[in-house]
Amino acid sequence: MKKKLTFAAALLAASVIGGMANAKQLVYCSEASPAGFDPSPWSGGNDFDASSRTIYSRLVEFEHGKTTISPGLAESWTVSDDGLEYTFKLRPGVKFQTTDYFTPTRDLNADDVIFSFERQWKKENPWFSYLEGTGWEYFAGMGFPDLLKEIVKVDDLTVKFVLNKPEVAFLPDLGMDFASIVSKEYADQLDKAGTRQQFTQKPIGTGPFQFVDYQVDAVIRYAAWDGYYGGRQKIDDLIFAITTDPAVRAQKLKAGECDIMSYPAPADIAGLQADTNLKVDEQEGLNIGYLAYNTTLPPFDKVEVRKALNMAVNKKAIIDAVYQGAGQPAVNPIPPTMWSYNKDIKDDPYDPEAAKKMLADAGVKDLSMKIWAMPVSRPYNPNAQRVAEMIQADYAAVGVKAEIVSYEWTEYRERGKQKDRDGAFQLGWTGDNGDPDNFLFLLGCDAVGQSNYAIWCNQEFEGLLKKGKATTDVAERTKIYEEAQVVFKREAPWLTIAHSKVFMPMNKKVSGFVMDPLGIHRFDGVDVTE
Amino acid sequence: MLRYLLHKLALIVPTVFGISLAAFAFVRLLPGDPILALAGERGVSPERYAQLVEQFGYNRPYVIQYFEYIGRVLTGDFGISIATKRPVLGEFQALFPATLELATIALIIAVLLGIPAGIFAAIKRGSWFDQATMGVALTGYSMPIFWWGLLLIIFFSGYLGWTPVSGRIGLQYFFKPTTGFMLIDSLISGKSGAFRSAASHLILPSIVLATIPLAVIARQTRSAMLEVLGEDYVRTARAKGLAPRRVIGLHAFRNALIPVVTTIGLQVGTLMAGAILTETIFSWPGIGKWMIDAIGKRDYVVVQSGLLIIALIVMAVNLIVDVLYAVINPRIRVQ
Repeated sequence: MKKKLTFAAALLAASVIGGMANAKQLVYCSEASPAGFDPSPWSGGNDFDASSRTIYSRLVEFEHGKTTISPGLAESWTVSDDGLEYTFKLRPGVKFQTTDYFTPTRDLNADDVIFSFERQWKKENPWFSYLEGTGWEYFAGMGFPDLLKEIVKVDDLTVKFVLNKPEVAFLPDLGMDFASIVSKEYADQLDKAGTRQQFTQKPIGTGPFQFVDYQVDAVIRYAAWDGYYGGRQKIDDLIFAITTDPAVRAQKLKAGECDIMSYPAPADIAGLQADTNLKVDEQEGLNIGYLAYNTTLPPFDKVEVRKALNMAVNKKAIIDAVYQGAGQPAVNPIPPTMWSYNKDIKDDPYDPEAAKKMLADAGVKDLSMKIWAMPVSRPYNPNAQRVAEMIQADYAAVGVKAEIVSYEWTEYRERGKQKDRDGAFQLGWTGDNGDPDNFLFLLGCDAVGQSNYAIWCNQEFEGLLKKGKATTDVAERTKIYEEAQVVFKREAPWLTIAHSKVFMPMNKKVSGFVMDPLGIHRFDGVDVTE
Repeated sequence: MLRYLLHKLALIVPTVFGISLAAFAFVRLLPGDPILALAGERGVSPERYAQLVEQFGYNRPYVIQYFEYIGRVLTGDFGISIATKRPVLGEFQALFPATLELATIALIIAVLLGIPAGIFAAIKRGSWFDQATMGVALTGYSMPIFWWGLLLIIFFSGYLGWTPVSGRIGLQYFFKPTTGFMLIDSLISGKSGAFRSAASHLILPSIVLATIPLAVIARQTRSAMLEVLGEDYVRTARAKGLAPRRVIGLHAFRNALIPVVTTIGLQVGTLMAGAILTETIFSWPGIGKWMIDAIGKRDYVVVQSGLLIIALIVMAVNLIVDVLYAVINPRIRVQ
C-alpha cells in the first residue's frame, strides 16, 4: 500500500514538474527570501507570503481583502457567555497535501490543531525547540502563553480553547499566520526518521498550493493542491521569483518576466502606471506613520507644547514630497479604513503663527530638540530622513532648533524605548489583525518601555483601552474607541504624520488578485488569461 | 620548490587566525543586535530577550565565544544561521556555485579583453586608441557597480529587450541542480533552449562584474608592457631584425606577464567583493547576496563563517598564483 502511495506521489510530482511547460502559471516577483516554510517561527511579511498564505490554512480566515473573519478549517464555533471558552467544529474531510515526501493517511483532525499550538506554547513539547533558537515570537508577542489555559480535544472534529481571561481579538488572532494549522502526522513521521529540520524545508499544509521546490534565494515553486477544501485553484503553478531590488522588480514586470510584483519604489509607480500592458492596483494601507514626543520630559510634558509643534508641521508638503502623493495626512492613530475610526475629529491645523504664539504662551523660548529618523524605508514612511528634514525646516520657522539623529535599525528602536530618550521619535505601525486595539495598544501604559515610544500613560485613555478589550459588542467597542481617539487628539502624544497607500503593479492578464489590507499577498482565486 | 610551498603554507595559518578574529570582531562591532533583528518591529520582551541571549551564548565573554567558535570551525562545524536555522556550510555549498560561475565568466571576459587592450595601448602609446582605452578603463574602474548594473538592465533588458532582467535561467526551465553550475546543468538537463537561456542570463551580470577587473588588468598590462618595451633586450631583439610580432609576443609579453598574473590573482578578491553588489542587483542567488542579507539581519554566525570561508578561498587562489609565479619565474623560489 505504502509503495503504491509513494508511486502515486512520485507520479504527481512528475506531472507537476513535467507539465510545467503547458501549465497556467503565475510568476510573482517577491521582495525577499523566506527564512523557512514553517508558518509560525518567523514574523516577516515575506515569510508569511511564502508559507502560511500559500501552503497552510487556519481555523478562521480573513475574508479576501477584508479584516473580518470567516470560517476556515473550522466550519463553525461557539463562545461561552463568559468569553473564556471557544469551541470549534472542524470541517470534515480536509486533506493535507500529498507530495513526493509525504503521503497523509488521515484527514485533518483535532490532534493537528492542538499540536499546532502546543509546539509554540509548551516547552516540554519536543517540537518547541526543533529549530535552534526559535522564538515563536509572534505567538508570544500576541500574549498567547498567558492567554491560553488549555486546548482540549472534545472529539476528532471538535476542539475547545480555554482562556485565562476574555480576549475580544481571540478570533482574529486565530486568523493570523502564526496560528496556521500544521500536520501532526507529518511531524510524527519526521520524528521517527530523525529529520525534524525538514518540517520547515519541505512543508505540508492544507492550503491552496503545495510546495514543489525552493532554490535558495532564487525561486520558489508551488503547484495548485487538487485536494484543497476551498476548491482547486485556476492557476496550475505559482512561482515566486525572489528579486530584492524594487527597481529590478519593476523592470522584470515590464519585460514580462513576472506577472505581479510587491512593493514598488514610489519613484517607479508613475512609469508602471503609464505602461499599457500593466495595471497598478492601489489601496489605503492599514498603517500609520508618526512622530512620538517623549511626554515625560519637559517641555514635551505640556500638552500645549506638543499641540504647538503639531501645528508647526506642514503635513501636506510631506505627503507630496516624501510619499509622492501615495498617502494621506493622518488625523487619528488608526487608519480611516478601520472600524471605529472617528471621522468627527479635526486635525490640528497647519498654522505656524499660532504655533509660535502657543509656544511663547507656554513659556518655551529657544527650544532645541532632536528629531529621530529611521535608517530604513518602511511602508508607513518611505524616507524618514527626508521627513525629519522637512519637520526640521518647519520647526525652524517657529523658532525651534532641531537636530536629526539616526542609528542602526535595531539599535534605533532600542534607544527609542528608553524613558529618558531625548527628542521626538519617528516610527509607525502596520496592523496585524484588523482590530483597533492592535493599533491603540501602542499607546497603552503596559506598552511603556516597549512599543509606546511616547512614554505616555494617560489613565483616561488606558481605562477606555481596557474597557474596549473586555467588551464583546462591536457597536459598544466602536463608541469606546471613538472616545479614546478624542482623548488621544486632545493630549497629542504623537504627531500623526500619514497613512500610506500600498500599490500592487501587475500585468493586465492577471485577474482576481485582491489587495489585502493586512499587507499579505494571497494568490488563491487569482487567474491568468493566456 | 617544496620549501617555498611550505613557507607559503606556514604563512596561511596566522592569516586564517587573523581573519577569523577580524570577522568575529567585525560583525560584533557593527551596531545592532541579532536577536532584536530576528524579533522584527514587534520587538521582544526583556525576559524573552535575556532567554535568547543565554541560549545563543551572547552573554558570555567574547574571548570564550571566540575560542568556542574556532574550536567548532576546526572540526568543520561553521554553525547554524540565526535567521534561517540552516547550517552555514550547507547554505554556502548551495550558493557558491552560482557565484563561482558568475566570477569565472567575468574573469574570462576581463582577461580576454583586458590583456589585448593593455598590449595594444602600450604598443600604440599616446595614440587615440591608447587614450580612449585608458579613459574607458578609468571610467570602468570608477563606476559604481549598483548604478552601472541598473543602467544596463534598463537599456538592454527594458528598452531593447535583448537580455533577461535578472535570475539565472528562464522560469520555464525546472530541473534539479546536478553540479550547481547552471551552464553545465542546463546542458545535462537536455531541455532545448535551457543552455541558451542560462547563457543569456549570464551576459549582463558578468559584464558588470568584469568591469573593474577588466579595467585593472588593462591598465596593469599596459604599464608592465611599457616597462618591458623600454628594456635593453627588447631593443636588442628589435636590432636583430626580429618581426615586431615576435618581439612583442615572445620577448616583451612573456616578461610583462608576471605582474599581470599577480594582478589577475588579486582580482579574485575584487570579484568576490563585486559579487556582493552585482548579485544583489541581478537577484543572482550566490554568496554575495547571501552575505548582504546576513549583514542586514546581523546574523553573526553567517557573517563570521561566511567571511572566513570566502577568505580561505581567496587565500587558496592566491597560493595557486604564488605557485604559478614561482613556475614562471624560478628566481622567486630562491628568494
